[in-house]
Amino acid sequence: MTAKALHPDRNFKYWLIAPAIFLLLLIGLFPLFYSLVVSFMRIDMMDTDTSFAGLYNYKNLFTDDRLWWSLAHTLLITVIALPIELVLGLAMAYLFLERMPGRQVFIALLVLPTIISPIVAGATWRLMFDNKYGPINQIISWVWGERVNALWTINPSLVYPAIIFCEVWQWTPFMFLILLAALSNVDKSQTEAAEIDGASFFRTFRYIVLPAIWPVMAIAILIRGLDLFRIFDIIWALTQGGPGTRTETISIYTYVQGFKQFETSYTAAIAFLVILLLTVICTWAIRRMGLVK
Amino acid sequence: MSALPFHRRHGTRLALRYLIALVLVVIFVFPVYWLFIISFKTPDEIFASPPVWYPQSIQFANYRVLFKDGDAATVGNSLILASVSTFFAMILGTMAAYSLARFKTGGENLAVWIISQRMMPPVAIVFPLFLLYVWLGWVDTYFGLILLYTAFSLPYVIWMMRGYIEDIPLELEESALVDGCTRWEVLWKVVLPMARSGLFATAVFTFIFAWNDFLFALVLTRTEVTTYTVQVTHYFGGQSNFWAKIAAMSVLGTIPVFFTVAVMQRYLVRGISMGAVKG
Repeated sequence: MTAKALHPDRNFKYWLIAPAIFLLLLIGLFPLFYSLVVSFMRIDMMDTDTSFAGLYNYKNLFTDDRLWWSLAHTLLITVIALPIELVLGLAMAYLFLERMPGRQVFIALLVLPTIISPIVAGATWRLMFDNKYGPINQIISWVWGERVNALWTINPSLVYPAIIFCEVWQWTPFMFLILLAALSNVDKSQTEAAEIDGASFFRTFRYIVLPAIWPVMAIAILIRGLDLFRIFDIIWALTQGGPGTRTETISIYTYVQGFKQFETSYTAAIAFLVILLLTVICTWAIRRMGLVK
Repeated sequence: MSALPFHRRHGTRLALRYLIALVLVVIFVFPVYWLFIISFKTPDEIFASPPVWYPQSIQFANYRVLFKDGDAATVGNSLILASVSTFFAMILGTMAAYSLARFKTGGENLAVWIISQRMMPPVAIVFPLFLLYVWLGWVDTYFGLILLYTAFSLPYVIWMMRGYIEDIPLELEESALVDGCTRWEVLWKVVLPMARSGLFATAVFTFIFAWNDFLFALVLTRTEVTTYTVQVTHYFGGQSNFWAKIAAMSVLGTIPVFFTVAVMQRYLVRGISMGAVKG
C-alpha cells in the first residue's frame, strides 16, 4: 500500500476541519446549551434549586422594566450613531476620492481612532470630557464666551451625546476606509458619462454609485450594527451604565445581572433573549440587504 | 479664454478640500494627542484648569511608576495571550479554511454556521463560560484565555483564509499532487507559501481582536493574567488622581497596535471589511 492510499481524500478534508469545529463547539455551542438548561432552573446567589422551573425566568423577562429600558438604550445609540457614521464616512470618502498631495498621510492619521482598543477610546474621552481638567469644556467655553461647566458623564441629558460622540469618533474612520475602497472601485466611465448627460450629483449617486458600492456598504453596516447592538467597552469606560441605570445597554445589564447580582438562571434567560433577537435581526437584515439570495 | 477661470476654480476646490481635511484630522487625532500628552505631563500640569495644551517638558515619571509597580507586566500578558492565540487560530483556521475552500466540506451551510459564530454577542456566552471555567479551574490561567481567544478568532480566520485560498489557482496544487506530493505536503509547500500575504494580514487582525478584548478578560482574569485593557479600568476609581496612570497605560497598550497597523496598511481594508473589499 502506498502512503497516499492510507490518506484517502475523503478523510483528509475532515481531519483538516475537525479541530476547529471541536473548539467552536466547546466554546460556542456548549455555553449555549448550558444556558438553555440553566434558564429553566432557579439558580441565584441564595438558592441553587436545580429542579425544572418551566418558563419562570422567561416570564420574568416580560415584567422586567430595567431589561426593556436597556434594550431601548441600545437601540437609541444604534439608530443615532450608525447613520451618522455612515453619512460622515461616506462624505469623507468622497473628500479623499480624488488624488491630492499628502492623501495617504491624511488617511493614515484619520484611521487612528479605529485601531485603538475601544476601552482606551472610552478612557480617552473620559479624560477629554472631564468637567474641570478636560479640553472639551474649555473649547466650549471659548466659543460660548463664558466658563462652561458641563458634567458630560454625569448629567442625564448629556451622557448620550457624550457616548454617541465617542462612538462616532472611533468608528466613522472604519466606515470611511471601507467606503473609500468601495468608491475607488466604481467604474469611472459610467459616472463621467452620467455627468456629461447632465445628471445631478445625487441622481448619479443614487442610480450608478450606490448600486455599485452597495454589497460592500451592506457588509459595513452589518458589522457596525452588530457591534453597536452589543456595545459594552466604551460605555463601561465612560459611565458604567450610569447615572443610575440611565445608559445601561443590553450587554451592560446582562453583565450586571450575572456578575453583580449573581442571578444565574435569569442571566441565562436574558442571554437567550439577546441571541434570539440578534438572530432575527441578522437574518432579516441579511435577506433585506440582498446579501444572500 | 475659459481655461483660466476653470483652473482657478480647480485651485479653490483643492484648497477647500485641504481645509476640510485638516479640520477632520484635527478632530480625529486630537483625542489621541491628548491621551499621549497626558502621559508625559506632571501632576501639576494634568490638574491645571484651564488645561495645559502642551507640556513644558517631556518626562517619563508616569511610565516609570508603571514599570516599578509591575503594572506594565499586564501589557506582557496581553502580548502573550494575543500572540499565542493568534498562532493557534491561524493553524487551525487555515486548515479548516482549506478544507472549506477546496473540498466544500459541509457545503455552504457549514461555512455560514461558522461565520454566524462571530455574530454571537460575547456577553451571552461569557456567563456560562465563566461557570464552566470555574468548574474546570481555568479562570485566571493563560491556558483558559488562550483557548477562548483561539476559539473566538476562528470564525474570522476561517472566513478570511477561505477567501485568500480561493484566489489561488487550483492548477498548482494539482500538478504538485501529480508530482507525488501528499495532501499535507501540498498544503504545506504549495498553498501556504502562495497565501503568505493573506496569512500575514489575517494574523495581524486576529491579534488586534484579541488585544482589544475587554469583556472576556474582565470576567475570566483575576491577578495572574490580567490584560492591559482590564488594568486601565482598575485606575478608574472615584478619584481622578490616577489620570497619569490611565494615560500611560493606554499609550503602552496602543503603541504595539500602531506599529503593526503601520506595517500592514496595505491589507487594512480587506481585513476590517471581512473580505468584502478585495485588495
